[in-house]
Amino acid sequence: MNRIEVNNLNVYFGDSQVLKDININIPKNTVTALIGPSGCGKSTFIRTVNRMNDLIPTFSHDGNVYLDGVDIYNPKMDVVDLRKKIGMVFQKPNPFPKSIFENVAYGLKVHGLNDDDAIAARVEESLKSAALWEEVEDKLEDSAMGLSGGQQQRLCIARTIANNPEVILMDEPCSALDPISTTKIEDLIHKLKNDYTIIIVTHNMQQATRVSKYTSFFLLGELIESDLTDKLFIDPKDKRTEDYITGRFG
Amino acid sequence: MSLNLPQILSPKNSQRIMNAIFVCSGLITVLILIFIIGYILIMGLPVVNLEFIFSNPIDSGRAGGIFPMIISSIYVTLIAGIVSTPLGVGAAVYLVEYAGESKITKIIRFGAETLASIPSIVYGLFGLAFFVVSMGLGWSILSGGLVLAIMALPTIFQVSEVTISSIPSSYREGSYGLGATKWQTIYRVVLPAAIPGIVTGIILGMTRAISEAAAVMFAVGSALSVPISMFDPGRPLPLHLYVLATEGISLENAYGTAAVLVILVLAVTIIANFLIDKYQRQIMGR
Ligand SMILES: Nc1ncnc2c1ncn2[C@@H]1O[C@H](COP(=O)(O)OP(=O)(O)OP(=O)(O)O)[C@@H](O)[C@H]1O
Ligand SMILES: [Mg+2]
Repeated sequence: MNRIEVNNLNVYFGDSQVLKDININIPKNTVTALIGPSGCGKSTFIRTVNRMNDLIPTFSHDGNVYLDGVDIYNPKMDVVDLRKKIGMVFQKPNPFPKSIFENVAYGLKVHGLNDDDAIAARVEESLKSAALWEEVEDKLEDSAMGLSGGQQQRLCIARTIANNPEVILMDEPCSALDPISTTKIEDLIHKLKNDYTIIIVTHNMQQATRVSKYTSFFLLGELIESDLTDKLFIDPKDKRTEDYITGRFG
Repeated sequence: MSLNLPQILSPKNSQRIMNAIFVCSGLITVLILIFIIGYILIMGLPVVNLEFIFSNPIDSGRAGGIFPMIISSIYVTLIAGIVSTPLGVGAAVYLVEYAGESKITKIIRFGAETLASIPSIVYGLFGLAFFVVSMGLGWSILSGGLVLAIMALPTIFQVSEVTISSIPSSYREGSYGLGATKWQTIYRVVLPAAIPGIVTGIILGMTRAISEAAAVMFAVGSALSVPISMFDPGRPLPLHLYVLATEGISLENAYGTAAVLVILVLAVTIIANFLIDKYQRQIMGR
């Protein structure tokens, strides 16, 4: 069953077309990796899926994006609710300048949860899921800005999980992290994939093979090829995919 | 082609000289400050005691204390703060978060810059014409406070605007990404992160307001008694100081008044900075 379906999606910033006729299905509770050279539109694509691009005045699009069969760009769509269902983890860890606790509680409070006990329980649960609890349980009231980069990124994942989303979008979540933190995040992705549909942008092919079931290759705003990760990396159908993954690109 | 300019100074020596220049300019700035404050305190403190602070002036201020002036100063400054803070911060939020770059924002910014550069005596005249006469508020604490509010407004606005626009957009994206609305993002993320800067702006505006004689002298009246309601006239410290000195009433008490004013401003600044630092450490974790 597909959680997300994208049909004939074109995206423009002003006059320039950034995504061209994208068609892709993202199955439920799997990890899909997006790869491709810098500037090919990977970030733009995932930001289209949670309507973050709405914040950019020059953004326009045509085509359809469905979440569980519902067109997310239909006029009746509640964007706030959509972004709650489709969480996002950014390339650079961006915790709020608040306490660790408040960071994780943020989404809950914003969505009207007032019960302190329920919030505390959810915060603990989310930090545990994000494999951060043991490192921070004694200092929940400390500022999140004092954490290491890897801890901050796991905090941002915890913050996203706390909202109980259906989909998690990750835009190069490890690019600012050291190998140990990267391993922790990858382990985390393995754990999360049972309950969440994950789309991860990565520049690291090994990472794509380690964490994802499906991989899609983007080039110059086009989706060149989508397949099972194992298949795409061993036996790509398109010459351009092969050139890219073997490093012969350009 | 290569040109070998004779090296008059080795890089090391030119570095030393520049260091010395910077250290000197820093030192001179601090010394001027210490000299002025020290001078005022040395001249003024001998007359400052509890009685001076807590009693009413006698014989136009030749004797007695400055209690009504201290109350007037605090009163007008509070009114100025209460009026100008929401206006200044509100305008800054509007400009950064809602307006986008446009003609209107340019005009508002230009307006604030112009307001900031108008001499305070002109504000004073405006206060007389507008608040005292046209609006019929009379010579009162309220009229004086409102003039000071307008004077402090550009400072609060400009500092808030710079602060809010320097809040990283990654904070906003993080908030939107979790499904927060625009207002929630402003109220829960942007403003708390901007508080140190905004409070600095408010303190700058308020210390300027509390130090003003020219701006209030046509608006606040010149009463020697403690103002009770904000429609009563008053006489803030700088105005009292000005009257004592220019009318040759008591230079001694003028210095005493100046010393109290300086201590008040120093205390507010130091306490505010301490609180800002504490808050900053709390939210930024260092
Ligand atoms: N706000 C914007 N306005 C105009 N053009 C934009 C905007 N954001 C992105 N673009 C353009 O869209 C194209 C795709 O950018 P995008 O950030 O999606 O690439 P990417 O695949 O994520 O690259 P990277 O791997 O470097 O992150 C680029 O040519 C970029 O210049
Ligand atoms: Mg990108």
